[in-house]
Amino acid sequence: MLQTQTPAHFAGRESSTQTDATEQASLARMLAPSGERLPNAELDPWVAELDAAAIGALYQDMAIIRRLDAEGTALQRQGQIALWPPLLGQEAAQIGSARALRSDDFVFSSYREMGVVWARGVRPSQLNRVWRGVTASGWDPYEAHMAPLQVIIGAQTLHATGYALGIQNDGADAAAVAYFGDGATSQGDVNEAMVFAASFQTPVVFFCQNNHWAISEPVGLQANRPIADRAPGFGIPSMRVDGNDVLAVLAATRIALDRARTGGGPSFIEAVTYRMGPHTTADDPRKYRDPAELELWAGRDPLARVEAFLRNQGAFTAQFEQQVAEATDAAAAEVRAETIAIPDPDPMELFDHVYAEPHTGLARERSDYLRYLSQFEDPAAPGQPQQAGQTGGAR
Amino acid sequence: MTVMTLAGAINAGLRAALAADPKTLLMGEDIGALGGVYRVTDGLQAEFGPRRVVDTPLAESGILGTAVGLGYRGYRPVVEIQFDGFIYPAFDQIVSQVSRTHARTRGAVTLPITIRVPFGGGIGSAEHHSESPEAYFAHTPGLRVISPSTPQDAFTMIQQAIACPDPVLFFEPKRRYHVKGEVDVERPLADAAPMGGAHVVVAGSDVTLLAYGPLVATATDAATAARAEGISIEVIDLRSLAPLDLDTLAASVQKTGRLVVTHEAPGFGGLGAEIVASLTERCFDYLEHAPVRVTGFGVPYPPAKLERHYLPDLDRILDGVDRALGRLGAAAAPTVPARGAEVAQ
Ligand SMILES: Cc1ncc(C[n+]2csc(CCOP(=O)(O)OP(=O)(O)O)c2C)c(N)n1
Ligand SMILES: [Mg+2]
Repeated sequence: MLQTQTPAHFAGRESSTQTDATEQASLARMLAPSGERLPNAELDPWVAELDAAAIGALYQDMAIIRRLDAEGTALQRQGQIALWPPLLGQEAAQIGSARALRSDDFVFSSYREMGVVWARGVRPSQLNRVWRGVTASGWDPYEAHMAPLQVIIGAQTLHATGYALGIQNDGADAAAVAYFGDGATSQGDVNEAMVFAASFQTPVVFFCQNNHWAISEPVGLQANRPIADRAPGFGIPSMRVDGNDVLAVLAATRIALDRARTGGGPSFIEAVTYRMGPHTTADDPRKYRDPAELELWAGRDPLARVEAFLRNQGAFTAQFEQQVAEATDAAAAEVRAETIAIPDPDPMELFDHVYAEPHTGLARERSDYLRYLSQFEDPAAPGQPQQAGQTGGAR
Repeated sequence: MTVMTLAGAINAGLRAALAADPKTLLMGEDIGALGGVYRVTDGLQAEFGPRRVVDTPLAESGILGTAVGLGYRGYRPVVEIQFDGFIYPAFDQIVSQVSRTHARTRGAVTLPITIRVPFGGGIGSAEHHSESPEAYFAHTPGLRVISPSTPQDAFTMIQQAIACPDPVLFFEPKRRYHVKGEVDVERPLADAAPMGGAHVVVAGSDVTLLAYGPLVATATDAATAARAEGISIEVIDLRSLAPLDLDTLAASVQKTGRLVVTHEAPGFGGLGAEIVASLTERCFDYLEHAPVRVTGFGVPYPPAKLERHYLPDLDRILDGVDRALGRLGAAAAPTVPARGAEVAQ
């Protein structure tokens, strides 16, 4: 007969899906949703130097990326870009972590990390070149110290681990950071990355944004226990932070980076947050998500708590508000103007950079296509939808 | 000249590459103290240390994924996949990452990753140890695929693969690992034939016979046997599977008018299909007979007691040559139903 009770030597099976209350209670936090500054002996020293102006700068970053995110959705609706994965609700997780990085640290992210892209100094319209379908990478990875957005779920965690192995071989004190979602934690690559990182003690930070959803699948389907609990099983210390608390995220990331830089090996951070928008502009969360959940999380907004905190400090002045408004308006105007002006790529770019050295097979295909194209008066004509009954386009 | 086994020649090539560039490192399962299950990396960890010759955890996707990250950081990883049949867990990293990072980053990032794969059958091994998965990779843009058939080529081509800025799949004919041959270890790499070129092994005038890796020796034997019957076979070792050296191959077919391609991998969608199609496009007017493929069957690689029926051998290749010469009657021709023939119930 099957035993219904877990024998002691199979311990560790007790917990299952958590409630919202137990989850919230498990998070390291420095700013309550009300804006109240909660003392935290472990985290406080890591952000002790932050004055109201520095916290204001974090707020401004978050305000800008929230606005850029709204612009992304609008540009998609207007047909200027093909797709947009909103980050609404995850501003603190992205800015808090990315602002902890040094310029020589290297980021390997997934597709939702526009806030990280922003913090790495990439122009937002460079990112939009990707979503417009003009290029696969909007920036030079070695300038931004950030790889192109990764679409294969979890794959980039291994790249970060390998890069960190290289840092270690070089004797450098930089770190690699992998950004990934709660859904990604089920992927073999993420688990393999943790095995490699732990075995080689590489200077890598695994930064998981648990936004509670992987398209339509709730986090409970990926993880029966808190995600952060997995890492210690690999020999990697982990911390579970309130991902909507920019101070706690910044502090936790600084701790992890410090460990990485001083030979302490990998760390795992689970930033518990919430995806307030759809998965992408192509998604309809009403089909799978209870609006009450959205309302609950709206009360935990990452910007509102910083605003309340700064108000309590007397630092959320009219002048500051004005400054933030101007910066967000400017960023929005810029990204709109620049995105709309992005030209279509030259057709022959298709064949560029597939190989670093000449390739006879591709060279043949390229010259065949050039011959074909040369028959058209307008090189942009081939492949355009044709009208019924029309054959041969402009040939 | 030094006499070496094919495995020993790869070992010597790896040693030369490790000595030449401190950014070159080897990664794989059991490649350190053991020297690899086929001893191809024998002694290299002792010589270069565990940071240059790295035993990895048992996770092929993990090996390739970390190699990508090392490539980003300026390293030149040479990865060993322990056996052909164990490359599939790494398939996603190879196809979705390794092959296209250079294109994805518009040329900013090069990934000079070499993926060494002992491949092919004929060694009486357990399941998953005798596969020929080369077509998957030859089909994938951004990868180069090569396979040596002699110790000299093994020595030269492994170094060329490592020096190449593009990712290279290096398929090692494992049943030929212990075959010996002369290797010129002194000749500078720059003077060697280019990595992408095919090589005419036996000149001939009646039939062009194309092979690579483990079957080059069998094809050469077939040419010797056919010569006794007065048939002149030109044997060409492809050496590079992607890209193909179509100029060399087409020149031969234009001379002979007849084409046979052989490989161990299944025929459907295999290298032979691509080669036959490409050469038919180029040499249609020169062909005197439909090209012929002599390949493994469309079955999972069989248990050891059956592999001699699966693998193209001397007689099957000669049978293919006969067909290309139109020497076999319709009764012996392969199963193409006559037009209008009833489908078997
Ligand atoms: C290997 C792979 N499988 C499936 C997909 C399709 N897909 C895209 S996003 C996504 C959900 C990922 O969820 P999560 O990791 O939580 O990240 P989030 O979208 O919440 O940021 C899926 C299944 C993919 N991109 N890659
Ligand atoms: Mg998610």
